[in-house]
Amino acid sequence: MITFQRVFKRYPNGREALAEVSFDLASGEMAFLTGHSGAGKSTVLKLIALLERPTRGQVIVNNRNTASVGSGAIPAFRRQVGMVFQDHKLLADRPIYDNVALPLVIAGVTRRELDKRVRAALDQVGLLGKETSFPLELSAGEQQRVGIARAVISKPPVLIADEPTGNLDPDLALEVMNLFKRLNDVGVTVMVATHDVHLIDRFGVRRIHIEHGQLAGFPPDVAA
Amino acid sequence: MSRPNPAKVAYASGRRSPLAALSTWVERHVQSLVSSLGKLVRQPFASALTIGVIGLGLALPACLHLVVVNASAVTAGIEKTVQLSVYLKQPMTAEQARKVRQGIDARDDVLDAQLVTPAEGLKEFEEMSGFGEALKALDDNPLPYAITIRPAPLFDSPEAIESLSDELETLPEVEIVQVDTEWVRRLDAILGALEQVVLLAAGLLGLGVVVIVGNTIRLDINGRREEIEVIKLVGGSNAFVRRPFLYSGTWYGLGGGLLAWILVSAAVGFLAGPIEKVASLYASSFRLQGLDPDGILALVAGGALLGWVGSWVTATYHLRRIEPRA
Repeated sequence: MITFQRVFKRYPNGREALAEVSFDLASGEMAFLTGHSGAGKSTVLKLIALLERPTRGQVIVNNRNTASVGSGAIPAFRRQVGMVFQDHKLLADRPIYDNVALPLVIAGVTRRELDKRVRAALDQVGLLGKETSFPLELSAGEQQRVGIARAVISKPPVLIADEPTGNLDPDLALEVMNLFKRLNDVGVTVMVATHDVHLIDRFGVRRIHIEHGQLAGFPPDVAA
Repeated sequence: MSRPNPAKVAYASGRRSPLAALSTWVERHVQSLVSSLGKLVRQPFASALTIGVIGLGLALPACLHLVVVNASAVTAGIEKTVQLSVYLKQPMTAEQARKVRQGIDARDDVLDAQLVTPAEGLKEFEEMSGFGEALKALDDNPLPYAITIRPAPLFDSPEAIESLSDELETLPEVEIVQVDTEWVRRLDAILGALEQVVLLAAGLLGLGVVVIVGNTIRLDINGRREEIEVIKLVGGSNAFVRRPFLYSGTWYGLGGGLLAWILVSAAVGFLAGPIEKVASLYASSFRLQGLDPDGILALVAGGALLGWVGSWVTATYHLRRIEPRA
């Protein structure tokens, strides 16, 4: 579902973020993307969501080589990739309903189906009944779950998350991670960038570890 | 886990028919239309300022246009009584003068020609000019024979009168031909030039409206940068992000057009009374004309169109430059 073939990424400012990164994440698979801050985790996710393009090498997502996606086709491509962010990226001046419904509104779903699916997505993250609240009225954990509901509402085959538990205390972090696991159980390919050792140990899923822009073996403290 | 996994429910697939897609499309546009109007209403001062500037910008060429229309209406009445005066060479006998008159009168393009003898001319001049006493001091009558001509109705266009005048001037007995309503043609020419000025002003001020709307939309886009980035992150296309801005721009233009209509109508209403008073003093039934339905439509629809163009240009340019940085 997600394939990196000898991907090399250098930013315009000269920083080399990734060098010769290759991995393959099968459809329905879940993986943690680990590594220190600045190791290149975010770059991997940005390449998957076409927020950046590789300098060299191939990135293939959902059987589509991102090099073949022109700038006009990027929006449609992104609708196939659900994204969750550490800072939620919710629209503060819109109620939860509108925030969650946004991808469907973009996709042009009828009002009736919109209602049904917003409810289903909110139910999924345990926030049914919060439709009319505004993001800042919710706790950090709840906001993150709204972000997840928004990411999955258009049923993307791929879900990526960048440090989704970075701002959460351990209990909430566990709750959010359980949510990703449940989504993976119904067939969504999930990739979560995190450095939360606790969670990595707890969930027995695959790990892709990056050090200085390259795939590396797991550091002993985590692997133990 | 005892409770069913709601993820499975959410991932149940859905199908869309073309009709449903169309109704969704209409629904989205209606929603954009209403919500963009709501945004304008929520910031009344800023919106009123923008609409006010647009309204003034559109009202100015509309008023100039009405000036030309009304001035043309005034001269249109005068042009029908066009007259030529033909002055004959001196010396000339009464017999010769009558022959010339007959010749002119027989022309197809002349309705009638009247001979004015030097004595009649002098009498008329005395009455009209108020120089009666001074003229009595003259020994001889210095006036020549004159013939006043009214052109035939089909030949009263400025071109026809000019060719008539040119032909009469080639007659050996004719000294000079004067078109008494020359000033009407001059006024027409001035009005024609003014019409060009109106077009130019309308063009420049229309461009001004595009720039004003564009600038307002640009500020709006900058203020909603974060929102735009988030929408693009979750797969919103440039067209999707642009739509509400296009509606805002069109609302601004439409509001400006309506305001211009109100301003022009108010100006016409304000001036109608005094101008009718002036007209009645000249025994004229002239009435100040306001905008006709076509003109109103052009003003309002033109305003909306300019607003749309202004927002389209700006939104297309600026939204492409906003890319999510996640």
